[in-house]
Amino acid sequence: MKLLTHNLLSSHVRGVGSRGFPLRLQATEVRINPVEFNPDFVARMIPKVEWAALLEAADTVPKGPIEGYEHDEKFLRQMHHVLLEVDVLEGTLQCPESGRLFPISRGIPNMLLSDEETET
Amino acid sequence: MAMSCPLNRYLLLMAQEHLEFRLPEIKSLLSLFGGQFISSQETYGKSPFWILSIPSEDIARNLMKRTVCAKSIFELWGHGKSPEELYSSLKNYPVEKMVPFLHSDSTYKIKIHTFNKTLTQEEKVKRIDALEFLPFEGKVNLKKPQHIFSVLEDYGLDPNCIPENPHNIYFGRWIADGQRELIESYSVKKRHFIGNTSMDAGLSFIMANHGKVKENDIVFDPFVGTGGLLIASAHFGAYVYGTDIDYNTVHGLGKASRKNQKWRGPDENIRANLRQYGLEKYYLDVLVSDASKPSWRKGTYFDAIITDPPYGIRESTRKTGSQKEIPKGMEKCPESHVPVSLSYHLSDMFFDLLNFAAETLVLGGRLVYWLPVYTPEYTEEMVPWHPCLRLISNCEQKLSSHTSRRLITMEKVKKFENRDEYSHLLSDHFLLYKGHNSFREKYFSGVTKRIAKEEKSSQE
Repeated sequence: MKLLTHNLLSSHVRGVGSRGFPLRLQATEVRINPVEFNPDFVARMIPKVEWAALLEAADTVPKGPIEGYEHDEKFLRQMHHVLLEVDVLEGTLQCPESGRLFPISRGIPNMLLSDEETET
Repeated sequence: MAMSCPLNRYLLLMAQEHLEFRLPEIKSLLSLFGGQFISSQETYGKSPFWILSIPSEDIARNLMKRTVCAKSIFELWGHGKSPEELYSSLKNYPVEKMVPFLHSDSTYKIKIHTFNKTLTQEEKVKRIDALEFLPFEGKVNLKKPQHIFSVLEDYGLDPNCIPENPHNIYFGRWIADGQRELIESYSVKKRHFIGNTSMDAGLSFIMANHGKVKENDIVFDPFVGTGGLLIASAHFGAYVYGTDIDYNTVHGLGKASRKNQKWRGPDENIRANLRQYGLEKYYLDVLVSDASKPSWRKGTYFDAIITDPPYGIRESTRKTGSQKEIPKGMEKCPESHVPVSLSYHLSDMFFDLLNFAAETLVLGGRLVYWLPVYTPEYTEEMVPWHPCLRLISNCEQKLSSHTSRRLITMEKVKKFENRDEYSHLLSDHFLLYKGHNSFREKYFSGVTKRIAKEEKSSQE
């Protein structure tokens, strides 16, 4: 699971609403996966990123988008690495409100909840 | 790029497949590249010859880099219902537009194409000779000419009734071919990882085109299965996400769909499929998730949602269920221990899908999905609607004598305000589609009737 994905995921446990984001990430196995750098794609993603959630999940992240980031290759490469190359293979995502755990195995998060657990 | 500049006319030679899907594909692509569908005719029905006005050759070339419905495009220099009409039409084509391609330093060749008729070599040569009046000054080069000119003769569509003379004759400068070769190179037959309902390659590219997918988009498939639809979008430069309720499919485990193969191999998963075509860099993630209970945070970040939801025939329609429902019609999803209900009503599924699309698509983003239909009862009013989504196209593909599926394309035109606002509006309209909740029974009723008939006749 990439950190870009973590940034878009939220818990949908009943009653939790927007307090289900961000999920608390506990990674037990991480791999760095080289991905071809595409500055245009990374630049497009920057406005969509919830920065506080990203800072919680990752170690070395710039504090926020810098002025003129669209043309700053160093910044974009850093963001590319964090968002797309860090791959969580095993771990858990935890709902910050209810504590419910969603497992990640083989790099794939399992977000299934039963009827009782979800909002109607 | 002024409105006053007369638009050039182009001839599109269309493939005779997926007839209803062609016009929406071309329209979507033209709009993607800043053009519009401008033609003297509203529709072309079954004809493979379409005359369009396009602002520039660049747009025409961009169109051909994407289309799987069109075989080739030509800059139209003349046409008519007879050779005489064609020649007079050619004489009216401005010479200054011809000259850049006919000057003495250039090389060219002329090809004759006939549709629904075969000509002898002699007859072809006669037709080329008849064009001598054109101011060709360059040299003929049959191997590698700079410019290729084509004469296209239309002898109709009925192979049992071939006319003496063509209905229409066209002459144009060949510009580019479409992407029909993708259909073969991405064929499901050669794909590493397939499922029972993997989408035919041609249709998956058509879907990506209807969805106006472009480079650096994020495309999402909430019923991803083996990822076939993601492959088409990734080929066009989009980054892709998928979710599916079936743990085994997402992980690439379990029984294989290929004949002669029992279990899936280690190379069979969605990521591996993208890797097979050199598209792994576009793989974002896949998740095990219930499309009716999405886990995406609030926001608009999908440029397109392109999907083939289950119809309940070869794959079941499912959503996660309740512990209380356990006995009949239930199975436990092994890895997550969450009960899975087998009775997800089709109309609820489309309600959820449209609402989800309205919430998470960017403005102008598209939803492209298949709607299964029991043909005897189908009416246009049945197609699910949503106040934030505008219907762009609805194309039918027949599945059997009494069922078909329709490729629905919608575009988000209004910001999504509040989930509750829409629920009562939608339920009234969805009543019309509710009849289709028993789509599975209706589909099989035809089959059981036929089997009963066959058994009866074999007994007689």
